[in-house]
Amino acid sequence: MFRVALTIAALAIPILLLFLLLELHSGARLAISRYGLGFVTGSTWDPVAEEFGAFPLIAGTLLSSFLALLIAVPLSLGVAIYITEFAPRVLRQPIAFLIELLAAIPSVVYGLWGIYVLIPILKKFVFPVLRSGLGFLPFFQGPIYGPSMLSASIILAIMIMPFIMSVAREVLIAVPGSQREAALALGATRWEAVMSAIIPYARSGILGAIILGLGRALGETMAVTMLIGNRNAISASLFAPGYTMAAVIANEFSEAATDLHFSALAYVAFLLFLVTVLVNALARLLIWRVARGSGGGKGL
Amino acid sequence: MAETVRLATARLTAMYGKFTAVKDVSITFQANTVNALIGPSGCGKSTFLRTLNRMHELSEEGWITGRVLLDGEDIYASRVSPMQLRRRIGMVFQKPTPFPTMSVYDNVAAGLRVNGRPGRSELDGVVEHSLKQAALWDEVKDRLRGSALALSGGQQQRLCIARTLAPRPEVILLDEPTASLDPGGTQRIEELVFALKREFTIVIVTHNLQQAARVSDTTSFFYMGTMVETGATRQLFTTPREARTEAYITGRFG
Repeated sequence: MFRVALTIAALAIPILLLFLLLELHSGARLAISRYGLGFVTGSTWDPVAEEFGAFPLIAGTLLSSFLALLIAVPLSLGVAIYITEFAPRVLRQPIAFLIELLAAIPSVVYGLWGIYVLIPILKKFVFPVLRSGLGFLPFFQGPIYGPSMLSASIILAIMIMPFIMSVAREVLIAVPGSQREAALALGATRWEAVMSAIIPYARSGILGAIILGLGRALGETMAVTMLIGNRNAISASLFAPGYTMAAVIANEFSEAATDLHFSALAYVAFLLFLVTVLVNALARLLIWRVARGSGGGKGL
Repeated sequence: MAETVRLATARLTAMYGKFTAVKDVSITFQANTVNALIGPSGCGKSTFLRTLNRMHELSEEGWITGRVLLDGEDIYASRVSPMQLRRRIGMVFQKPTPFPTMSVYDNVAAGLRVNGRPGRSELDGVVEHSLKQAALWDEVKDRLRGSALALSGGQQQRLCIARTLAPRPEVILLDEPTASLDPGGTQRIEELVFALKREFTIVIVTHNLQQAARVSDTTSFFYMGTMVETGATRQLFTTPREARTEAYITGRFG
C-alpha cells in the first residue's frame, strides 16, 4: 500500500514533465504548422502582421547566459577556492553563507535594483570606460543605452554566482586532503597545489557547477526582462538592447490577442524547454562521468 | 660505510596549538641508512616525521620548537624556503596518492613540473630512471600514457615512490607506506626500500615490527610523544635498554 503510494508519487514528476511538454507542443501546434523550422531562423517578431521569428530571442538567451557565465565563473571559482583553501577558518562559513544568501533574493528585486542602482552606475562609469578602452572591438561600439544585453548579463552573473560558488565549494571540499598533501610534499606552493592537484581532481564537478549556473541563466526571466531592453534584434554591440525567450513570453503572454500570437509564444516556450533540458542532460552526463571516476571527485 | 649525519633533530617539540604531540626528541640519521620509527598509535611518530619536511606546520595550528638539521643546516631557518626544502626531503604517504587525472608519466613528472619547465628529453630520462628505481618500469613502460588509477594499489604506491624520487631528494620519508597493501605489495616495497638506501637516506614510520626489523638499520621507539629509545635495529630488538621498549616489542602493549 505504502509502496504503491510512493511509486505513484515518484512517477508523478516525470508524468507531469511529459504533460508539460505535450501541452506546450499542442499550444504551439498552430505556429509549428504555420512556420515550421523557419520560426527558429526567422528574425522578425511582429504580432500585428502575424509574422514570427524567434532567432534573435534564441540568440539573446544564449548570448546573455554565455556572457553571464563569462563574468560569473571566474568570480565564483575564485571565491570557492579562496573559501576552501586560503581564507582564515573563522571567515569561511560567514563568506559562504552571505554568498548563498544572494540566491534567496527574489528575481524581481534584482530587477529593481538593476534599474535603480546598477544601470545608472554602469551607464555613468563602466560603459564609457569600456567604450573608450575596448572600443576597437565591435562589442563595445555605438550608443550607450541603460537597458542592454550587457546590463542583463551582469545582473544574470550576479544571480547565478551563488549557485556556481556553492556547488564548486562542495566539490572542492570533497577533494581528499591527501591530494593537496601529495602536491605540497613535492614542493608545490599552496597555489600550485590548487592548480596542479585540487582543481584537476575536481574538474568534472566544477564543470557540473558551471552547467548548473548556465541552466539557471537560460531560464531566468524577471530580472532579465527588466534590464535587457526588450528589442527583438541582434546587435554586435553589447550596449544595445536585446531580448530573450523567457522575456518575450513574460512580456506578451497576457496580451496575446490572436491565437497565432499565443501559439507563437507557446512555440518559444517549447524551444526554451528543449534548450534547458538539453543543457541539464549535459550536466547529468558530466556527473555520471564523475561517478565513474574517470576524472576523480567521486564525492558528488 | 662512512659516517655522515644527513638529518638530525635537536630537542624537537611539535605542537598542535597547545597540545604537545612530540616532546623533546633528538635523533640523528646517518646518510644511506634506513631508519624505522615504531610505536603504538598516537605516539607521535607520524607527527615527528612530518616535522622533518615541514609538513607539520601546514596542519591546523601546527608549530615546533627545537631544530631540524639537514646536512648541518637548520631547515626552519627563516631563509629556507619550505617548498625548496620539500624537494630535498621527499615524502610518501600511507595511502597511495596518485593524481587521478594524470597519466603514469605525468604523475612521475609532476614534481619536476612544479617550478620550472624541464625539456622533453630530460623529462623522459628522469621518468624512466625514477620508474626503474621504484621497480615499476617493466610493469608500466607500455602504458605510460594510461591513467594512474588503472594500476593496482601496490603499483600505485610504487608510482608515488617514483614521483618522490624524480626531483632527486636526499632524504625520503615514508609514512606507513605498506599499511594499505597486501603482503605481495608490502614485500615489493620493502625490497625497494632496502635497495634505495644506496642513494637516499630513508626514514620510515611503521606499525609493523617485523617490517622495522627486516628493512631498517636503526630503530627509534616512540611512546606518548617522547622518543624512548633509539639504536641499531638488531640491538634494539634483541637487547633493549628500556623496559617500555621491551614490553612493546614483545607485544605486551600497543
